[in-house]
Amino acid sequence: MSEPFIYELGEPGRHGVDVPDVDVPETPIPAEFVREELPLPELSEADVVRHYVHLSQKNYAVDVGFYPLGSCTMKYNPKVNERMARLPGFVNLHPLQDPATVQGAMQLMYELQAMLAEIAGFDAVTLQPSAGAHGELTGVLIMRKAQIARGQGHRTKILVPDSAHGTNPATTTMSGLRVVELPSDKNGNVDLEALKRELDDDLVGLMITNPSTLGLFEQHIVEICELVHQAGGLVYGDGANLNAIMGIVRPGDLGIDVMHFNLHKTFSTPHGGGGPGSGPVGVTAELAPFLPGPIVDVDENGEYIWKWPEQSIGRVRSFHGNFGVIVRAYTYIRMHGAEGLRRVSEDAVLNANYMQARLQARGDYPIPYGHRTCMHEFVAQGKISGAAGVHALDVAKRLIDYGFHPPTMYFPLIVHEALMIEPTETESKETLDAFIEALTRIAEEARTDPDLLHTAPHLAPVRRLDEVRAARRPILTRTPPAHRATK
Amino acid sequence: MSYKYDESARYAKSHEWARLEGDVVVVGISDYAQDLLSDVVYVELPEVGATVSAGEAVATVESVKAAEDVMAPVSGEVVAVNETLEDTPEVVNEDPYGAWFFKIKPSDPSELDALMDAAAYEAFVAEEEAG
Amino acid sequence: MRFNPNTDADRRAMLDAVGVKDVADLFHDIPAEHRFPALELPPPLTEMEVIREIQALAEENVNLDQFACFLGAGAYRHFTPSVVDMVISRNEFYTAYTPYQPEISQGTLQATFEYQSMAAALTGMDVANASHYDGATAVAEAVIMAINVHRLKRKKIVISPTVHPMYRQVTRTYTQGMGLNIVGDVSDGQNDFRALLGLCDNETAAVVVQNPDFLGQLHTPNEMQDLANAVHEHGALLVVATDPIALGLFTPPGHYGADIVTAEAQSLGNGLNFGGPYLGLFAFRNNLVRRSSGRLVGETVDAEGERGYVLTLSTREQHIRRAKATSNICTNQALNALAAAAYLAAMGKQGLRKVAELCWHKAHYAADRIGQLEGYEIVAEKPFFKEFVVRCPRPVAEINAFLLDEYGIIGGYDLSQDYPHLGDAMLICVTEMNTREEIDDLVEALAEVNQPGVPLELEVGS
Repeated sequence: MSEPFIYELGEPGRHGVDVPDVDVPETPIPAEFVREELPLPELSEADVVRHYVHLSQKNYAVDVGFYPLGSCTMKYNPKVNERMARLPGFVNLHPLQDPATVQGAMQLMYELQAMLAEIAGFDAVTLQPSAGAHGELTGVLIMRKAQIARGQGHRTKILVPDSAHGTNPATTTMSGLRVVELPSDKNGNVDLEALKRELDDDLVGLMITNPSTLGLFEQHIVEICELVHQAGGLVYGDGANLNAIMGIVRPGDLGIDVMHFNLHKTFSTPHGGGGPGSGPVGVTAELAPFLPGPIVDVDENGEYIWKWPEQSIGRVRSFHGNFGVIVRAYTYIRMHGAEGLRRVSEDAVLNANYMQARLQARGDYPIPYGHRTCMHEFVAQGKISGAAGVHALDVAKRLIDYGFHPPTMYFPLIVHEALMIEPTETESKETLDAFIEALTRIAEEARTDPDLLHTAPHLAPVRRLDEVRAARRPILTRTPPAHRATK
Repeated sequence: MSYKYDESARYAKSHEWARLEGDVVVVGISDYAQDLLSDVVYVELPEVGATVSAGEAVATVESVKAAEDVMAPVSGEVVAVNETLEDTPEVVNEDPYGAWFFKIKPSDPSELDALMDAAAYEAFVAEEEAG
Repeated sequence: MRFNPNTDADRRAMLDAVGVKDVADLFHDIPAEHRFPALELPPPLTEMEVIREIQALAEENVNLDQFACFLGAGAYRHFTPSVVDMVISRNEFYTAYTPYQPEISQGTLQATFEYQSMAAALTGMDVANASHYDGATAVAEAVIMAINVHRLKRKKIVISPTVHPMYRQVTRTYTQGMGLNIVGDVSDGQNDFRALLGLCDNETAAVVVQNPDFLGQLHTPNEMQDLANAVHEHGALLVVATDPIALGLFTPPGHYGADIVTAEAQSLGNGLNFGGPYLGLFAFRNNLVRRSSGRLVGETVDAEGERGYVLTLSTREQHIRRAKATSNICTNQALNALAAAAYLAAMGKQGLRKVAELCWHKAHYAADRIGQLEGYEIVAEKPFFKEFVVRCPRPVAEINAFLLDEYGIIGGYDLSQDYPHLGDAMLICVTEMNTREEIDDLVEALAEVNQPGVPLELEVGS
């Protein structure tokens, strides 16, 4: 059943909040400034609550069930995180308060900077970036500025493997640099010969996701970093897949110069239906002076202070970062400690390998890199033998009917009909078994009754949606037309 | 899969067709290209009067999941664009050889000779499909 | 470990299925000399212990529940109705990912579509996107969008000195590799449209102003329309950063010619949170939609003709267009946009207007009383909304230290760094959250700090 659009609810004259009367002498408001009408809904408080409860019931979420969305690390979000982030001593802090009045908050940030640096092997960390892509922009601008500082400002080229997230090339362009794509070899590693051909005097650096989006650990990572460094380049690590390697290996130890963290993936902060995230960036000592400011430092009296790195690229957002997200990640790390984080990565990798092994044993779905041990995720293909007309999309939609969130579809781009599966460590063996069972039954359905898949999902709040219609004649808002800018 | 080909057109490796009509070259995308894209939802056209060179990206064609450049198959001046595609992009799927994107007055008509004829293009498509 | 459900027996069975003896064997691809580093982290804590530790950190801070606050400058203390927190605490909303599977994400999608609709209605624009990170990055994205609209052929941006200093800094950070020429904000800090227009030419992609501006002042809709007309004559876009609470009362930018409207929309149902997560509201005209950045939700129908919602026009975005995308944004501020939507729905037509009126009256009451104090001067050439500049008889840092120590008041923003030409000037913010008593206390404290005998050197916390 469809929930009415919010402007279809309510009645003129209703309101959901009582605002107090003016308790000071009034000052006339000049009529020339005042808007004629304010086209907002008119609902009672209960109308609002029911509307949003109804909408929430149309959503799938980690707290509803298994969400093996590859590359997104949809792990369970501990509830104590939420409780800590809502403490009045954090929520009700103005970002421009005198540092002397916010020492507790600054201490938390300082400690998180240090803990992230330790986990990934870096010398300095900024918590300012608001998301992974924002961290990438920060990191690439740092690389660019570091090259200028080295007297290498003529360099313009960033190498990006063909398995990379779209954010890597998009970030490169935003930074005013140009992308050269590197092919992957048959084992899913970067093609070393292709890399060597691109190592010249135009190289700013390489962006690499390790483990890669194929769920594989780059087997030549140390050599790759050395080669790039020898050519005068820097190595950017996309930390999207850090969940596989906490306490297993530190990117900084492998030769990565700069890396972003996704607190909303690895460190269990909830995704919020698409955000907010937080994308701190870690760097080597050489790059530390270029970090965006301010970062938290401690002075000789033990007071926490804001500090601007000497050659900062500038700030990348207002204030200090998504502090509410930072509190959650801090809580998570403090609960786990070193052993706990290693256990997280071990279990994440074991869960993925278990699923890969079982799916491979069943043989319904090709696993192009199944000959390798995967990390925290792996890529299968929605190409079922004996069911030629069935695509990854159909398998994904049918999984919904079995009560699961589908894997990431059609990514990475270098695998046809990709289904990228990331179970995370917070899922039990029973859940993984049930998912494998569902995939097996779907493969059977694909062979016997493919229409069941083509028309799936059957049990979701809505049927398949017409995306072509949405894109051809976009309806992006519904408001009373009289109030639109373009009449 | 079997695709339609316009025998009177020549073809680029990037899947544009180019048809000489009088002294202008009319350009669109092939049946194979529209099928690869699936439902076309948007077309962005060049400006009339723009000077373009062969191989230059001058228009864009988009489906829900992809955005592809359309290259000028020959050098010259854009003398007309098919504005009806902006409102009805679906005709690119329905009639790929009728749904022209733009017309170029070529500076060097011999550039057309460097393109494939229908038979060569059909073989090229077969190769792409196999790969 | 309570979050990892698998028992030792489960692990054993899983290792057997994989065909390895030990979980360490799964990591053979990692260079042996770097494998399994000993991380130096604090020891793990139980939930009880972690709460105790973190609560202690929270309690070290001076929080605004206990202190009167007159600090704004881009982050505002407005009232958040209880329904907002209820909505964003629904597990189905806050533990969902980006709605990539529309059939099981209609909640997020419809709520986002409704946010887009309300944000467009509030700003008077055609379209609003699903959000940017905050008010500052929204301005930077607007500038980049304007460059893209002009297909990279125009490289000049004119930006007013009374646009929030951080928005200007972030715009420069974002665009440092693009070879832009950003001008206009090196004057004496006046929001002088003639000076801005003097810089605008046929190389200019956009003119960026803020209304109400960083110093709280309001331009009339007529002045803004004249500015828009002049900007458009040069073929440039007008970008207006605004305050969404102010739009409860005042003519929105969409009605006076803005092409892109941005706002720090934290004020709409999002807490101060020490600076984030906030909400970058981003609205624009229909004709710019194909060059716009950020996620968009569109209305459509399902296979049975029922209304539904999907992410749309994704070909603009990084996951499809990669190096040619209009922005690299992926994760945004979805939950903050949800909070804003719930806030606007609950406040509604009447409530938001009343909040804006309260801000106006209380701020003017405060300004009126402070302006009567000896040694203080209200610096306002134009009407203001909820913030105003006060020139003070002593350095603002000293005054603020006194206010905090003696009165438990967090004073206004010290403008001496960003606008030195204003002298000892403080930007005071008054919202509906400030009671008359708080305002009267502030006036009393400001009077007292200007009395002879009040020590000049005060240290916070002393």
